[in-house]
Amino acid sequence: MNSLLNAERPPVLCPGCAHERITHTLDLAFQNMGLARHQIVIVSDIGCSGLFDTFFHTHAMHGLHGRALTYAAGLKMARPELNVVVSMGDGGQGIGGAHLLAACRRNIDLTLLILNNFNFGMTGGQFSATTPPEAQLGSGFLTALERPLDICEVARSAGAPYVHRCSGYDKALAQKIQGAIEYEGFAVMDIWGICPGRYTKKNRLTPKMIDDALARRPALEGIIPENVRPEYGQHYRRMAADQKKAPAPAVIRNQYKAPQTGRQEVVLLGSAGQRVITAGELLCIAGLTAGLKTTQKNEYNITVLRGPSISELILSPEEIDFSGIDTPTVMVALAQEGVDRRRDLFERLAKDALIIQIGGVSLPASKARIHRVDLKAQGVKPPDWALASLAVLAKLKKVIQPRMLEAALKVRFKGKALASALQLIKRVKVGKR
Amino acid sequence: MAYSLLEGNEAIARGAIAAGCRFFAGYPITPATTIYHSMLNLLPPLGGICLQGEDEIASIGFCLGASMAGLKVMTATSGPGISLYSENISFAIGSEIPIVIIDVQRLGPSTGSATRGADGDINFLRWGSSGGLPVIVLAPVDVADCFALTMHAFNLAEEFRCPVFVASNKEIGMTRESIDLQGLDTPAVIERCAAPTHQPLLPFYVDKGQQVPDFLPIGGKVLVRQTSSTHGADGYITTDAAAIARNQERLKQKLLSAIDRFSFHEVYHIENADTLLIAYGVSARAAKAVFKEQKRQGKPISLLILKTLWPVPQDVIRQAARNAGRIVVVEMNLGQYVREINRILPRKPIVFCGQMDGRLITPARITEAINNE
Repeated sequence: MNSLLNAERPPVLCPGCAHERITHTLDLAFQNMGLARHQIVIVSDIGCSGLFDTFFHTHAMHGLHGRALTYAAGLKMARPELNVVVSMGDGGQGIGGAHLLAACRRNIDLTLLILNNFNFGMTGGQFSATTPPEAQLGSGFLTALERPLDICEVARSAGAPYVHRCSGYDKALAQKIQGAIEYEGFAVMDIWGICPGRYTKKNRLTPKMIDDALARRPALEGIIPENVRPEYGQHYRRMAADQKKAPAPAVIRNQYKAPQTGRQEVVLLGSAGQRVITAGELLCIAGLTAGLKTTQKNEYNITVLRGPSISELILSPEEIDFSGIDTPTVMVALAQEGVDRRRDLFERLAKDALIIQIGGVSLPASKARIHRVDLKAQGVKPPDWALASLAVLAKLKKVIQPRMLEAALKVRFKGKALASALQLIKRVKVGKR
Repeated sequence: MAYSLLEGNEAIARGAIAAGCRFFAGYPITPATTIYHSMLNLLPPLGGICLQGEDEIASIGFCLGASMAGLKVMTATSGPGISLYSENISFAIGSEIPIVIIDVQRLGPSTGSATRGADGDINFLRWGSSGGLPVIVLAPVDVADCFALTMHAFNLAEEFRCPVFVASNKEIGMTRESIDLQGLDTPAVIERCAAPTHQPLLPFYVDKGQQVPDFLPIGGKVLVRQTSSTHGADGYITTDAAAIARNQERLKQKLLSAIDRFSFHEVYHIENADTLLIAYGVSARAAKAVFKEQKRQGKPISLLILKTLWPVPQDVIRQAARNAGRIVVVEMNLGQYVREINRILPRKPIVFCGQMDGRLITPARITEAINNE
């Protein structure tokens, strides 16, 4: 087999760097697998491990520190047939820790080779997520203050189905890397090595010491049975195939005549649970059935089941330029919370404005005409009040008329929900002026 | 004419699909989240991919990977997410990775107000990347623009191999509005230019007269290199100062020299009107109401609505302002784009009408700014 190394760009690593050995071993693994250059993409980021993409003559993507797993995920989802090999350092596991955890949980078929040499080599030997606290490094006494991370234990508890911890000097490394690449799922290899340029300047570390340290830890040599599950991409494609095509937006036929000309500004002032936002949408759709232009803006608390719920609607035969409420023509007071949130609007109301006051809600002073309706007495439940108030408007021939509202319900609802909504708007009584 | 009722965010998602977007990744954030929801409804049934990243950095990272694999990609966020995108935005600029980035702006600074609108990211979008090279920023005014400008954004991203922003606003994105989908003026879909496949690829090579390198996807038969490092035509690190300078200049000029082709705007020029009102985004709607009212009252003004904010459409602005005695600039912040207007029209008196309190700028406020001078 032919080497997949880049003949024009031989490794440029420090003499004695474990990375160089791993470069050749990875090449051997590729050859043993019989892979062609175009079947592989090497994704790397910053640090000496980030040189790997240049050593190989394959597809390559080299990006930001700690983010290689994110590019790899996008590549693999878009091109499932590619062998995606990610080379990162121990530094990348710190800055990109969230991506490591997510990759373990997600289980996309990527191979992560962590070239773990216990420090930031390229920037001058600062401590990384895996540095032993007793090490003497460029980050001085700060090194002693942080506890190293066991990447493999983290990966295992985060759900990685394949975790392998080994030495960069392991004679069987090529087979082990091959096993990780061949595994259909997220495979993590934590490969320990020596950084002669920085780490071993002041710290003693030999292949034998690495072997001894590895022997003291529980062995992790590949498949983690409790984490084995379907690969994300395959799983995604299976589930995506069952998703129904989203319908095109409903096109509303212009078939009725609105009871008024000119711009109508309606504010529904309610509270959570009154289905105010849905009522606002229905009012807009009703407007569309008369060929009106409409806008709907909503306001509600982030805790959606509590607090005021307000919908601002504009219906107009003209283009709606300014989409804010300027001088409301109709205010519907459905709940005290909603009214209180917009008290300032009441003093701006003109004499010919209309307030629909639902029983039990008190109103600030205004010049507007007030129309009272007691929905509770009519046996309408609060979740239907907003819709019932639209029926009142329609029956008063204010902004909309009953046929427009019926048509809107038919656009928005189907089956039982439609039947009960139609029944509701029929039985709501207009109340007294 | 028959209307549908759509919110701006859904219109962006539908525009993206119409432009050929087949990959979306995002992280939930109000007021942009419904773009993600819409893409999740629309993409998987079409064989597309919609992912939720573990954070914004992952979301844009997924997109850059998928874009390099040949897909048209989009992500959507608000100001706090743009901050986290920043380093990858620089990557997309410098390494010419097509991506559409939607910013549904909310009131800042910082986490600010999730459900209040603003146009506070306008300069951030332009300048919030290392290296300072130009980007394209489009600004929709209404739900129809959300659809059409998103399509343009994809075309521009593909043609120029660059990130393209759509600077929306909570007040557009989460507002439902009537839209005539059949009557929309939408562009033909453009695909990125493919390099020949019978020879090895120099991924950043440009021929004479060409400003954008041809593209091949990672994963095809021809090997492709992508790198965030300063690179030569071959995609390997270079230290050749002349080659570096040439490439930086090209990255700048590929957009600046083509600005006339994508200076989207509306101009309402009134002969003899002394005042030119300049607005963009949702505030342009209030400005238009003022324009109509002033005309009705016999005190007409001219109006320029900018829909391409960056690169600055200097010729459009100069042309619209040529006869104006003074300029009134409206924006939902404390004065960002007005700096560009000042720069381009140094001899014109410029009145700034800004507001940053989470509320829409009203026509009354603009009228006051016009009348007070």
